[in-house]
Amino acid sequence: MNSKVRKIIPQLITLLVVILIFGFFTFNAQINMDNRGIEFGFGFLSQESSFDVQFSLIDYDGSHSYARAYLVGLLNTLLVAFIGIVISTILGVIVGVARLSPNYLIERTAAFYVEFFRNIPLLLQIFFWYFAALRALPLPQDADAIFGVSYLTIKGFYTPSFVWENLNIFFYSLIAATISIIVIKNYARKLQENQGKQLPVFSISIGLLIIFPLLTFLFGGVSLDFEIPVIKQLSTTGFIYEGGLSIPPELIALTLALALYTATFIAECVRAGIQGISKGQKEAAASIGLTPNQILKLVIMPQALRIIIPPTTNQYLNLTKNSSLAAAIAYPDLVLVFAGTALMQTGRAIEIVSITMLTYLSISLSISVLMNWYNKKIAIKEK
Amino acid sequence: MNKLNFLKPDNQNVSTYLYTGSFLFLIAVFDVFLSSFFKINITSFLPNILSFLLPLIIGVIGLHLIRIEFSGIKKLDLLNKNINTNNFNAVLTLLIIFIIIKSIPPIMSWFILDANIAGDTKEACTGSGACWTYIKIWLNRFIYGMYPNELQWRINISFILLIALAFVGLIPSEKLKKFLTLYYVIIYPILAFILIYYLISGGSLGLEWVETGAWGGLSLTFIVSFFCLIFCFPVGMFLALGRRSQLPTVRYISVGFIEFWRGVPLITVLFMSSVMFPMFLPEDFFMDKLVRVIIAISLFEAAYVAEVIRGGLQALPRGQYDAAKSLGMGYWKLHIFVILPQALKLVIPGIANTFLALVKDTPLIFVVGLLELVGMLNLAKTNPKWLGFAMEGYVFAAIIFWIICYAMSRYSYNLELKYKTDR
Repeated sequence: MNSKVRKIIPQLITLLVVILIFGFFTFNAQINMDNRGIEFGFGFLSQESSFDVQFSLIDYDGSHSYARAYLVGLLNTLLVAFIGIVISTILGVIVGVARLSPNYLIERTAAFYVEFFRNIPLLLQIFFWYFAALRALPLPQDADAIFGVSYLTIKGFYTPSFVWENLNIFFYSLIAATISIIVIKNYARKLQENQGKQLPVFSISIGLLIIFPLLTFLFGGVSLDFEIPVIKQLSTTGFIYEGGLSIPPELIALTLALALYTATFIAECVRAGIQGISKGQKEAAASIGLTPNQILKLVIMPQALRIIIPPTTNQYLNLTKNSSLAAAIAYPDLVLVFAGTALMQTGRAIEIVSITMLTYLSISLSISVLMNWYNKKIAIKEK
Repeated sequence: MNKLNFLKPDNQNVSTYLYTGSFLFLIAVFDVFLSSFFKINITSFLPNILSFLLPLIIGVIGLHLIRIEFSGIKKLDLLNKNINTNNFNAVLTLLIIFIIIKSIPPIMSWFILDANIAGDTKEACTGSGACWTYIKIWLNRFIYGMYPNELQWRINISFILLIALAFVGLIPSEKLKKFLTLYYVIIYPILAFILIYYLISGGSLGLEWVETGAWGGLSLTFIVSFFCLIFCFPVGMFLALGRRSQLPTVRYISVGFIEFWRGVPLITVLFMSSVMFPMFLPEDFFMDKLVRVIIAISLFEAAYVAEVIRGGLQALPRGQYDAAKSLGMGYWKLHIFVILPQALKLVIPGIANTFLALVKDTPLIFVVGLLELVGMLNLAKTNPKWLGFAMEGYVFAAIIFWIICYAMSRYSYNLELKYKTDR
């Protein structure tokens, strides 16, 4: 009896405090909103937004609704996060491996990179790239062509864009190639288990990936053209590139800073993962006659990945959350478009900030649920 | 025995290879050195691309020649083992050496040789290098923000007092040692708050009142990170204990709280504190925006601290709990005297990382209009008298932040070594 009471009382007190705090906040919010004549609700989302966004992946202008503005911001955030994750992973793995290099100079260079970039605030790095480094680039009319077709100027990066015809057929061929690769892989595994024969799965897969799309070019009516940016004079001093793909400097600065910063953390994860594999594993693998490549592929990497992947996913999440710093250099991401412009126009602080936070929260939580599932799946099953 | 075998030098003819190899290697380095420091290209008679690649080719051949296994010369073996294990490594080594040599002159000339520090106006900066005059003139603002010049002694004095108070822990005798935790967790924050409130903010005791909007620069960075650091630690500790608690209500509330703060970016938290939070307060109740920001950042970082401490708690073997319980210790006694001291010791690196992240996050308070160092830089950058010195400002701030963060990480590393106990 006594212990039961001792368990219940603290819980009741905590619950009561939390409810009181929430009740206090809701009560105040109600009064404040009544005084200002605001109704709580999400009806404003379907109203016309009447503001423009300079960079958008989907069709958008001022006549669209706030909900669409939200979507524009969300897609821009995901774009930055995606590019950042790809670059930072590549860079992080290279630097992480370099930190374990037997070559003293390479190891020190990698260590210098890590210590340098991770000890400077990310916001400062974004500002540096945007306001200092990218501002030193040439004007559009003075820019030299890179490989004759791309231009890196103060107004952004201009590069040829692809103009596809019958793109869907091309995609179908890619899907078909992927499916056949999976089938062949399964077949090869069965063959090896049953008869001990090995198929060169890797070269077959590469071959399929090249042949299938090639066939669509020859017979499927798919064609690929390039649209090359061309300089155009607006006024005596104003020049602009038209055509092709233009990447705004905000996006370049943001992804560059995010990737360079996050890569340092990923490099440390990779290093810890590889160092976490005991030397005995390598020696045991070598003693049963595996080649160095096989050791890396079959023994070291599967175990190291188990250590590397969870903290690395955490870094990916951090990168996604850090991409909200875009607001500081006016890259139209979720925070700037929705929690910035839309909030200023509608004045609906509670609704908009909650939606923004919930968006980030659901991204984070869904990834951590996935991660927990993955961790359970790959955990060493001890006997 | 002097058979020339370019493909496989061995210890039969060490000296021949050693001298030829080092000579070629030195020529390669010398060529890059000349072209970098004196802009002389000694191979200009060759085609462009060949003249560009020549040092690399010569250097690789040179390194290849001196790659002699077990030569018996200690230094050579050490060199081969460390930077010259195979051709690929040799190429990388050379590239790194060349890049370092190539980058020294431009960096030197920008930082020092062509830089200006004399004078008081923009016109004094005539060189092609950095304009340190800009930093010199604005230094006061970068450190104190918009705080009135004649009152800046108040900031200095309170910072000195804060540091002095922090070192009190080193003095007392054995008798008072057990109160140290109490001092650092409760008394010190209160003293610090009183100091900041009465001395920096002013408004009483005959001191002129300075509104928080005028605070700024590096001193604001320190104030914000200092208070957040002090507040987030105890909150995080309670959250970690709550998450490990046997009581379901406490546990779920802690989990919800932690996961909420960890799932959102700090910038939205600051947005919330500036635009949404005032709606939740009674109408006539005013809370300064600096206080709101400090609360927001503290709660945000507390969630991260909680997760780090939970890691330490989980790492402790069950035996520790059982042993303490068998001595008849209750929940609080068990945690304060047995579990937490050991768990905290384990998580020093993690906590240090969180604190580092906190310091690096302080520039974000520009969102609510508070201008610490980076915010002041952006303000100075747009000053019409001083346009075009963004680079100098950011480099200056980067150096300062780097020193702070690097010093912190070194300190935590030492702390980790100091408290390391073998188990």
